[in-house]
Amino acid sequence: MVTDSNIIRIKNVSRKFGNVKALNHINLAIEKGLLFGLIGPDGAGKTTLLRLITTLLLPDEGKITVDGFDTNKDYKEIRKFIGYMPGRFSLYQDLSVEENLNFYATIFNVTVKENYHLIRDVFIYLEPFKKRLAKNLSGGMKQKLALSCALIHNPKILILDEPTTGVDAVSRKEFWENLKQLQKLNMTVLVSTPYMDEASMCDKVALIQSGTIMEYNTPAQIVSGYQKHLKAVRSENMHALLTDLREYPGCESAYLFGQYVHYTSEEKQTVPDQLTSFLVQKGHTEIQVLDIEPNIEDCFIASSAGIPNHTENIK
Amino acid sequence: MRTILLIVQKEFRQIFRNKTMLPVIFIVPIVQLVLLVYAATLDMKNINLYIIDNDLSGASRDLVSKFESSPFFRITEEGFSLKNAESKLFSNDADAILNIQSGFEKRLYRENNSEVLLIIDAVNSLKAGLSNVYGTSVIRDFNQEYIKDKGKSVLTVMKAPKSIEITRQFWYNQELNFKYYMAPGILGILVTMIGMFLTAINIVREKEMGTIEQINVTPIVKYQFLIGKLLPFLIIALFELGFGLLLIKILYGVPMLGSIPLLFAFVASYLFVIIGFGLLLSTLADTQQQVMFLTFFFMIVFILMSGIFTPAESMPVWAQKVNILNPMAYFLRVVRLVLLKGSGIMAIAKDWIYITVYGVIILSLAILRYRKVS
Repeated sequence: MVTDSNIIRIKNVSRKFGNVKALNHINLAIEKGLLFGLIGPDGAGKTTLLRLITTLLLPDEGKITVDGFDTNKDYKEIRKFIGYMPGRFSLYQDLSVEENLNFYATIFNVTVKENYHLIRDVFIYLEPFKKRLAKNLSGGMKQKLALSCALIHNPKILILDEPTTGVDAVSRKEFWENLKQLQKLNMTVLVSTPYMDEASMCDKVALIQSGTIMEYNTPAQIVSGYQKHLKAVRSENMHALLTDLREYPGCESAYLFGQYVHYTSEEKQTVPDQLTSFLVQKGHTEIQVLDIEPNIEDCFIASSAGIPNHTENIK
Repeated sequence: MRTILLIVQKEFRQIFRNKTMLPVIFIVPIVQLVLLVYAATLDMKNINLYIIDNDLSGASRDLVSKFESSPFFRITEEGFSLKNAESKLFSNDADAILNIQSGFEKRLYRENNSEVLLIIDAVNSLKAGLSNVYGTSVIRDFNQEYIKDKGKSVLTVMKAPKSIEITRQFWYNQELNFKYYMAPGILGILVTMIGMFLTAINIVREKEMGTIEQINVTPIVKYQFLIGKLLPFLIIALFELGFGLLLIKILYGVPMLGSIPLLFAFVASYLFVIIGFGLLLSTLADTQQQVMFLTFFFMIVFILMSGIFTPAESMPVWAQKVNILNPMAYFLRVVRLVLLKGSGIMAIAKDWIYITVYGVIILSLAILRYRKVS
């Protein structure tokens, strides 16, 4: 049973758009004070789920409560204490940095001054451009402004839809540092992202695929729950290697991962020597077969194997 | 209240920062009122007349000089062949042909009766109609002088009774100054356009830019948001009315006999309908482009049916009935009544009540639909 420490409870929620089932009987309970990651590829249903939580959409089925308030009935209450940053920049392009920030502060009946400590780490970069119109900011600056505006009223829950998509590696790292800081201020933070490598930054992650939550746990536990034996294989012809590995008897999945092909088999253990000689037979050279520890992406691919719509390019 | 003011302030900031908006607000009225009032005049002048005078008699020359001295006709060419004249008519070099056949004078004296032929290019039926009326009146003048001079009745074009003389008095616009009639109409187009287009575009813009998404997760309630967004355009449209009235007073000296505050009060009610329409249309579209097309369609229908160019009374009865739904028809009626006739509140009460009810209906419909869609 869910306990009081859960600030968001999602019970058996489904949502359709026309004939497309965006979310299919989702159950999820998110604890207070968590840095929560919703991880899945494009089109998995991340944005729909976040929009349901922010009261922008209503579920067709099921129920969502946020801090005890029902998103259907008490949406007015919920809107007072959540901060939302949509995936697309949604501030006024023709207002300046300052005007946008003041506008959102005033709506929530606070002043920028009293809550400045919340946004200082982010806004410090924007200070020199206070008078600049939002449309003239760079991508990273826009994102910082959006975060500032979502934070200015000191929300209990901060919900960010793919904040790091299209952001450079350094800024992404900075951004996650900022989120960690906010968590210390007793804020619950929900982040969706298509980048699997960001999972390790979260306290808990939910892996979502085709409208279904496949796993929900801490990143460490998700990884330790990985049942298969994973090998990383490489040779000088990676493309042929991928096709050949998929033909190898007992192959369960083989997919490109960086400079290696990640390979799992149905048998408990594939003897590396047999695999190597198979590949030599196929004419590969410079063959390397390593036993490796899985990461979140491997877990994701393993758990999504049974789910249609995604597996065709993995096997 | 504070929230509404905040939104109004934001709107005005955005409007005045928009580089196309300011010209729309200030330049468009000037151009429309200066250009269109002149261009849309229905006064006919300079009808190009081709004369065929095969009689070359005193009487025929008299008739031609009558046409020459009329302010409506301009004799562009004279000749003797009908074929030639027809080709000029065909090539648009002439608007009408006056054909006087030989023996015109002879028959006039001998038989007390003679004929001339007036051929008019009727591609533009309105122009043709007016040319006909002006032409016959010139010939009637000619007739009457002949009766006086010779004591004989002459041309058959019009059998003017000898004893009755008609004097006309045109009330409320004595000189039949077409601009007095036209300028308030153009003003109506202006106020309606500003109110409807700007409202519809502005609301769709929030949708198109995605900014509505961010607004919707704040404690702002729908009604605050709508009032905050609609109020600026009510103010701007009323400003346009004042600006336009000033312009037509200065440019054309349009008389303003009635009460101006009364007019403003009526137009404010009228703008509820227009802004309601703008809001309603905005809920039917997702992009500014779509809403432009929609609004444009309604504008055209409203304008052409409003009786701005042609009297609404000349439309078929069913069309006049449809006009109950055309807000611009109310506007034009009332603005002309108040300005030119000096009508008071009682004379426009019926229109005012109708438009107020209309406004309440449209605005509620629009708000209902807006809430449902978003």
